[in-house]
Amino acid sequence: MSANGSLVRLGNVEKTFKRGSEEIHVLHELSLEIPTGEFLALMGPSGSGKSTLLNLIAGLDRPTRGSIDIGGERIDTMSGRALAGWRARHIGLVFQFYNLLPVLSAEKNVELPLLLTSLSSDERKKHVATALEIVGLTHRAKHTPRTLSGGEQQRVGIARAIVADSTLILADEPTGDLDRKTGDGILDLLQALNREHGKTIVMVTHDPHAAKRASRTLFLLDGKLSGEMEA
Amino acid sequence: MKLAGLVVANFKRHRLRTTLTVLSILVAFVLFGYLAAIRKAFEMGVDVAGKDRLVVRHKVSIIQSLPQSYEAEIERIDGVKDATHATWFGGIYQDPKNFFAQMPVKPAEFMAMYPEFVLPPAQMDAWLKTRTGAVAGRKIADRFGWKVGDKIPIQATIWRPKGGGNTWTFDLVGIYDGAQKETDTTMFMFRHDYFDETRVFGQGTVGWYYIRIANPERAAEIVKKIDETFANSPYETKTETEGAFVKGFAEQAGNIGKIIMAILTAVFFTILLVAGNTMAQAVRERTQELGVLKAVGFTDVQVLGLVLFESCLISSVGGAIGLALAWKLVAAGDPTGGALPVFFFPPGDLVTGAIFVLLLGLAAGAIPAIQAMRLNPVDALRKE
Repeated sequence: MSANGSLVRLGNVEKTFKRGSEEIHVLHELSLEIPTGEFLALMGPSGSGKSTLLNLIAGLDRPTRGSIDIGGERIDTMSGRALAGWRARHIGLVFQFYNLLPVLSAEKNVELPLLLTSLSSDERKKHVATALEIVGLTHRAKHTPRTLSGGEQQRVGIARAIVADSTLILADEPTGDLDRKTGDGILDLLQALNREHGKTIVMVTHDPHAAKRASRTLFLLDGKLSGEMEA
Repeated sequence: MKLAGLVVANFKRHRLRTTLTVLSILVAFVLFGYLAAIRKAFEMGVDVAGKDRLVVRHKVSIIQSLPQSYEAEIERIDGVKDATHATWFGGIYQDPKNFFAQMPVKPAEFMAMYPEFVLPPAQMDAWLKTRTGAVAGRKIADRFGWKVGDKIPIQATIWRPKGGGNTWTFDLVGIYDGAQKETDTTMFMFRHDYFDETRVFGQGTVGWYYIRIANPERAAEIVKKIDETFANSPYETKTETEGAFVKGFAEQAGNIGKIIMAILTAVFFTILLVAGNTMAQAVRERTQELGVLKAVGFTDVQVLGLVLFESCLISSVGGAIGLALAWKLVAAGDPTGGALPVFFFPPGDLVTGAIFVLLLGLAAGAIPAIQAMRLNPVDALRKE
């Protein structure tokens, strides 16, 4: 965490993609600070740059210009290898379509980020058990994704995101593939992780109902911040 | 090793496809092992040929005889330590299918020339005392159930005996073993003096000479000297090292080594395409999952390693079972019933096979692994 209490600091970030000879400006001089412990929702129409912004914060992509400082580290200047290591230590990702490995059981999917650590097998098992307990899926640990419901798969995805005790959880449309009731359960879980476990969460969503759960909502339009709403 | 479970789990994904790929690799390595044994059988003797031994034969062909008097002349040549001779008998035991080499030799000289043929001293004494005595290799004796003391009738096809008929009856006085695994223990040898006196024609001639030289480094010089000695005579000679002689004998049917290499190259190229296609498909289907791995912190090199490890594992499973199966099949014995007396899976080729297994895995997985390494996680995650 930086000295002023912001976990995430983006300074004049620009992101441009090339499609043939054409340059597409997805983000324009975007500056943003996210305090530690915040539950932030990012909203905006398709193509507004929400997911691109999330990918930049996750270190999955690099800005064309500008700086990204997370927890006091400039991730935009890191090498690919260093960035991968940094992601493993600090970032938990939750995807709209869960992105679980179908050949692995729930507990093995959750264990994935821990395979990159020096933890022993027993220690990994303990961490996995704790993560599955938090998301309420201890009884489904041995099941493969295809035998789990959508909501259960998303809970496994969340367990995978928190198992390495990551600083920041980034969720891209986490309820986008779920019905309202199941989605509410996932949002309850994210809220609990934020409130009870102190996790900083950035959630991209189209759904105003989901955004209401966040402590702050930022609106993006054409790659620029167009508005903000506190809960 | 933590990541090995991840690779093994992928085997469950397309069980049929993985099984078929493993089977195709398995068949390739069974073929590799079996052909290696056949190649070795055709090269029989080349590896064990003495570096200090030369063979002198008729310049035109090995079936042309040489005078027995050459022995003394050869032994007088500077650098020659010893000389002895043998002749191709070419007889039939019970059935023409029961092929094995039979040769009249001078027992003491021959066994001194070939210390790799191990005959118990008592049996050697018996051979020297018995004019009709013969010794057989362990393998041929076992094949026909011969025991010392048996009478062995051989039907002549070239050398008929005096007194009518064409049957030679020998007293089996000894069974020799090989000092090395590669030593041919399928030969049947009997005394030249008995042979020479009993045959209807050809007295005073022999098939070829074996020569021991004092210094193998002088082989080329001695070869030249021997052939010069008999140049312009009715029986001109061709002298060569024993290794070259055996190789030439083996290659009468063509360059077996090259033929086998050509077959194996074609087989392995096909298998490389099959395994490479399997890996490429596996990576294509898992693009999104590889993106997830990168997203949770796997480095590009780790992803490359995972794909290569998976490819090598498939290759290793197929290759190891294939080589083991080939070992077992070859151990079951010569499939020709005697035409390949030295038939075994050479340990050197087993090591080569193991190296091929690894190379196949690396080659088949290389391009898919590089593609996986270069995957942009954002693009990969977006892929449906």
